[in-house]
Amino acid sequence: MTSAVTACPVTIRIQEDDFDIAREIAVLTRSRTDIGAVVSFSGICRADEDGAKVAALTLEHYPGMAEEEIKRHADEATTRWPLNGVTVIHRVGRFMPGQNIVLVLTASQHRQAAFQAAEFLMDYLKTSAPFWKKEESATGTGWVEAHARDDEAAARWTKS
Amino acid sequence: MKVKYFAWVRERVGKAEETIEPPATVRTVEELIAWLSGQGDAYAHAFEKPKVIRAAIDHAHVRSDAAIAGAREIAFFPPMTGG
Repeated sequence: MTSAVTACPVTIRIQEDDFDIAREIAVLTRSRTDIGAVVSFSGICRADEDGAKVAALTLEHYPGMAEEEIKRHADEATTRWPLNGVTVIHRVGRFMPGQNIVLVLTASQHRQAAFQAAEFLMDYLKTSAPFWKKEESATGTGWVEAHARDDEAAARWTKS
Repeated sequence: MKVKYFAWVRERVGKAEETIEPPATVRTVEELIAWLSGQGDAYAHAFEKPKVIRAAIDHAHVRSDAAIAGAREIAFFPPMTGG
């Protein structure tokens, strides 16, 4: 009897280097015929933050805790949805508008689980993974303030 | 215990980490913040709005009433803005 592959590899990386989305999807789906859906979310450095021009962003993180916190939520995602693979790559360092910051890939048999898990992971990355953005603009340099809308987005996943 | 600071908390304190020995009367995260605030102007500035400060003990988020007994590493930082 051949059993279906049900493994759900979870890959988490924090790195300065850029990522290649096509390559990461290829790695996630290599030798798998059980995956019917891959959702990819990329977060990109914007040139505009609430109307103000952004020249660059610097991402700082808490080494060790950042990986562990993302892992906790990736593991929770695998218990909440039938996933066949999760990849989260978060870059740190200094970024110019247009450059990649974060990548979330979720793979599943069907699209709903992959879409929902990707949203869940991004909502928690925003509010509970220890990363901080510092913004450079024409008027100076300052730390980005957390948005209440991000807390609200994460709160909707709380089980009642 | 080892204490780490991140983002503007780190900038205001003026260091990324240090080893501290608070008195035994300091039992919670909240009490540790209050004690640190009394360690000089830089600390007073960093912790001037204690409700804004987030804390983690041994890499896990904790509330301000969490006990610090047995903690190896406590971190203080502003609300997170990654992703």
